[in-house]
Amino acid sequence: MAYLLETKGITKRFGGLTAVDRVDMGVEAGEVVALLGDNGAGKSTLVKMISGVYKPDEGDIFLDGKKIEITSPIDALAHGIETIYQDLALAENLNVFSNIFLGREKTKKALGIFNVLDHGYMEEESQKVLDRVDIKIPSLKANIRNLSGGQRQAVAISRSIYWDAKVLIMDEPTAALGIAEQRKVLDMVKSLKKHGIAIIIISHQMYDVFEVADRVIVMRRGIKAGERLVKDTSSEEVVGLIVGAEEVGKK
Amino acid sequence: MPNQQAAARRGFFESAPGRTIARNWALCFLVLMAVVFSFAGPGFFDLVNFQNILHLATGSFLLAAAETFVIITGGIDVSIGFVYGLSSVLTATLMRNLTLAGMAPGEAIVISCLVALLVCLLPGFVNGILVTRFKVPSFIATMGMWGICQGATLYIAGGYLPVMGAPESVSRIGNSFLFYIDPGKSLTFFHKPDYIANESVRQLARVFPSSLLLSIGVLLVLGFLLKYTKFGRHTYAIGGSMDASVRAGINVDRHLVIIYTLSAFVAGIAGVFDVFQTGIGNYTPTGANYELLAVAAVVIGGASLLGGKGGILGTAIGVILIAVLNNGLQIVGISSFYRYIGVGILLTIAVVIDQVFPDLE
Ligand SMILES: Nc1ncnc2c1ncn2[C@@H]1O[C@H](COP(=O)(O)OP(=O)(O)O)[C@@H](O)[C@H]1O
Ligand SMILES: [Mg+2]
Repeated sequence: MAYLLETKGITKRFGGLTAVDRVDMGVEAGEVVALLGDNGAGKSTLVKMISGVYKPDEGDIFLDGKKIEITSPIDALAHGIETIYQDLALAENLNVFSNIFLGREKTKKALGIFNVLDHGYMEEESQKVLDRVDIKIPSLKANIRNLSGGQRQAVAISRSIYWDAKVLIMDEPTAALGIAEQRKVLDMVKSLKKHGIAIIIISHQMYDVFEVADRVIVMRRGIKAGERLVKDTSSEEVVGLIVGAEEVGKK
Repeated sequence: MPNQQAAARRGFFESAPGRTIARNWALCFLVLMAVVFSFAGPGFFDLVNFQNILHLATGSFLLAAAETFVIITGGIDVSIGFVYGLSSVLTATLMRNLTLAGMAPGEAIVISCLVALLVCLLPGFVNGILVTRFKVPSFIATMGMWGICQGATLYIAGGYLPVMGAPESVSRIGNSFLFYIDPGKSLTFFHKPDYIANESVRQLARVFPSSLLLSIGVLLVLGFLLKYTKFGRHTYAIGGSMDASVRAGINVDRHLVIIYTLSAFVAGIAGVFDVFQTGIGNYTPTGANYELLAVAAVVIGGASLLGGKGGILGTAIGVILIAVLNNGLQIVGISSFYRYIGVGILLTIAVVIDQVFPDLE
């Protein structure tokens, strides 16, 4: 099957440091690719180029086989590439439905001339999408500040799928969660996969990877150190790739 | 968790009535103060005095409303005090020169106001560009503009003298009332009945200063913008999380440029109105601290300098609180330097409440 999203030779430098060095990678529709690697390996930088936060210094991004230009987060969103960041990127001072619709608020006409926010519509739609991922949040009028980590994650995921993500990028989605909430998030990932969304997931937890991913890509100091199908590998082999053990062994 | 520490410090204010008081402390304080001054100061509790307080607070209302937008985005605009003065001096100078050049007063007034308002867009626009394009912290960027506007004002005014020579009708308009009532005899709008001589206008009941109409109009428009529109929602979002806003596809730079431009524009309206109120063009005296009093009103009204919080209604209460404090102390006969202490205490309360109730809406 062809990749839905693909990078070729993508590179990002910060001053003298090459954070991502000529990386080729891809993800198919309905596939979960796990991006692994030590701290500072370049995982976040790689996905930030795909989501338009950083502009690549070299290399190209393809969607459905066609080269696309992503110069800002708006471009990425317009292409159906949604990202859930490590820090979730929610506005803590706004409520649940305002966050799900942030930047894409629904308005209605008041007195026939003014465009005013349509709170009712946004709240109803948000409820529907939260129901779809099977997450209970007591009130959608609650500010994000007052929600638990899992609930915040659910809001971030709901926002992405509400806006018809074709590609969903998740940076450490389970890092800050309790065990029960981690399970919930992994279940959400599985159900999104069934809907045919291409998912790239950055994680430190080996358990997450073997639970939901089809393929793993390992990054080390900016380069792609290896790539394995989950069904053909073991956690020992993956850890070896992360720390560079097989390289050490060769010497 | 900071929230738990905060909860522990709350005590009584953790209960439902306690939270209500904490949320509306400025309003409670205002009522309390009004009651005290009503008993302590003869002439405080009087329609004429109340109207006077609101009339004199017009500039403060507008400056604080302008500042509210900037503070919600997490910035600060200290240039507005001198944009205010620039606008005032420019308006009066234009009025004088156009009238001298033989233009009809009506035309001269309208053109002067429009030109001054247009000119005031400029410092705000430059502030916005400095903050976004050049990543200059808002305090520094607007501090620079503070100096530039002061210099420009003194240049236009030709020194530290107020600009005279605006048409005489200007201050009549600025100090008019909506209703003039001669009890049992007549009711006129915006001007006194003709049979009453200028000297005896005080025997009329004059109700609702026109300036209040301006304040209410501007505050309603800005409040609506903030509360019910996409623009307002994005303003809060930017203050809550700049990152989240960028990643949600909001054009944050453009938004901030508009915010700083709007802030200067509203300060410009305040300056134009100042000419109508006083009949002359006033430069902003050094030490008037208009911008700092505006910031104080906004913070007393529930905003946080960290951004993401605040609103026009709260700000209006903050302005009235400071105005009533000034007026009341004056009437009671307490020396004017106490009012600085008063404002300082109010500000301290506001900051402490914000600290103890980070999640109070
Ligand atoms: N904005 C930035 N400016 C400078 N260096 C950066 C920036 N972002 C990341 N880096 C550096 O790039 C490297 C890769 O970082 P990152 O992509 O965050 O790694 P990971 O997500 O795999 O932990 C690190 O050395 C990091 O310090
Ligand atoms: Mg990272």
